Amino acid sequence: MSLYSLLGAFEIGLIFALVALGVLISFRILRFPDLTVDGSFPLGGAVAATLIAAGTDPFSATIAATLAGALAGTITGWLNVRLRIMDLLASILMMIALYSINLRIMGRPNVPLITEPTVFTLLKSEALADYVFRPLLLVGVVLVAKLLLDWFFTTQTGLAMRATGSNPRMARAQGVNTGWMILGGMALSNALVGLAGALFAQTQGGADISMGVGTIVIGLAAVIVGESILPSRKLFLATLAVILGAIVYRFFIALALNSDFIGLQAQDLNLVTALLVTVALVLPMIKRRIAGGKGN
Amino acid sequence: MLSAQDLHMTFNAGTPIETRALRGMSLEIPAGQFVTVIGSNGAGKSTLLNAVSGDMAVDRGRIEIDGVDVTRQPVWERAARVARVFQDPMAGTCEDLTIEENMALADLRGGKRGFRHAVRPARREEYRAHLATLGLGLENRIGDRIGLLSGGQRQAVSLLMAALRPSRILLLDEHTAALDPRTAQFVLQLTARIVAEHKLTTMMVTHSMRQALDVGERTVMLHQGKVVLDVAGAERKGLDVRHLLEMFEKVRGEQIDDDALLLG
Repeated sequence: MSLYSLLGAFEIGLIFALVALGVLISFRILRFPDLTVDGSFPLGGAVAATLIAAGTDPFSATIAATLAGALAGTITGWLNVRLRIMDLLASILMMIALYSINLRIMGRPNVPLITEPTVFTLLKSEALADYVFRPLLLVGVVLVAKLLLDWFFTTQTGLAMRATGSNPRMARAQGVNTGWMILGGMALSNALVGLAGALFAQTQGGADISMGVGTIVIGLAAVIVGESILPSRKLFLATLAVILGAIVYRFFIALALNSDFIGLQAQDLNLVTALLVTVALVLPMIKRRIAGGKGN
Repeated sequence: MLSAQDLHMTFNAGTPIETRALRGMSLEIPAGQFVTVIGSNGAGKSTLLNAVSGDMAVDRGRIEIDGVDVTRQPVWERAARVARVFQDPMAGTCEDLTIEENMALADLRGGKRGFRHAVRPARREEYRAHLATLGLGLENRIGDRIGLLSGGQRQAVSLLMAALRPSRILLLDEHTAALDPRTAQFVLQLTARIVAEHKLTTMMVTHSMRQALDVGERTVMLHQGKVVLDVAGAERKGLDVRHLLEMFEKVRGEQIDDDALLLG
């Protein structure tokens, strides 16, 4: 594997680290199985690419994409909290709706960003090559997101949100409006995913309607891989773990796809991801069986 | 002060398994009184408690706490007035959070939650002091996940948490039932101490007639969703478990006679 493809994997890994942080909030902290991600990732990309192509400055476009993601998450939360639709189903409904919405936003299946400015071209310094600068900037973005989340989850509101996911009945008895916490958490989670989509579109030369397929599985894979690398109940370690998980996961994917002897091609990506997540999910059970001598 | 008037609640109404859990239940608890509630399974003890806490909405009736009508308020809105300890030690605390985080959560019960750090250093010392009174050494484990504690320890912390903020009524839902006898005794003594210290208005639901007479100053017996016995003061002092059982049998017997009359 060349340095170039290595840095490429690192770059995409960092973008998916934002997705993984979002998935950590929904799946782990709120315990809300949220598939909205498959729609809010391309939503972020669509909003950012369309705005940039129309001449908006890339920073405003990226912020708009992040807010669009937050809105999508809020609606999923609202379907669940107010309309009492089962969490998983609410998120599937939102994901499906977003497919049409994304097509409407873009007006066509894809919006290329080839000559247009992006947050990366605007900030780029002359001294660094593109493929070095982009990962560096992304490291900064991911680090800021991580530290902000670490801070938020130690605040009064953040603690109430964690309690909502861990023991909603107790949280309510302590005066926490758990419905609002779910809405807020889903907004935060999908805002991160929308941001990731916007950055993905700006590094990969545009937005595409199919760019969201399997996002949730990749995000989950990152969370699971991260948790097995660095198992910890401490939140600032958990956020670090999923970031590492996202990067490591992308390296493995790049390795698998770049090794000719395995014979895998780019279109096998989702299959490999599904297999990897399956293995990661089943491993703890197998470990228990071996350790305990019996299963259940 | 708690005032529950003519509460009605029916589960699975209109089906073959219809259960009329509360049938015109009324109960007044003046400020500062410690009331114990007993009754057989299905008498409506838990339903009454859940109605007061807001976990279940009554079909009819009115619940006032300190003169404020809370009948239609959701649990989280009542929380400023109601403190609660659950039967299941796992239910009253957040297993994924540390001891101090759990206490910080309870420290803001009914208050406004903003973006300040949840566990403030000055409050941490206060939590430590509270924990030290338990004599379990928990003051040195304040950063441990509460899931690592035993059921009895968690229940003791739950009690401390309930008393961190002022409340108009403390609800105890068979909070010693899931504990071994020695731990249950410890938690019960702790309950009596905390209630006395903070002069809390308290409603304690229990399965144990012994407990019902040993703690508190008034005992209420429920049967078929109504109050059938209400004793306090000298009358209660003279009672022992045997008397209580006799009364219980009498109430039940009369009920059966009624049915026999109806069927006959």
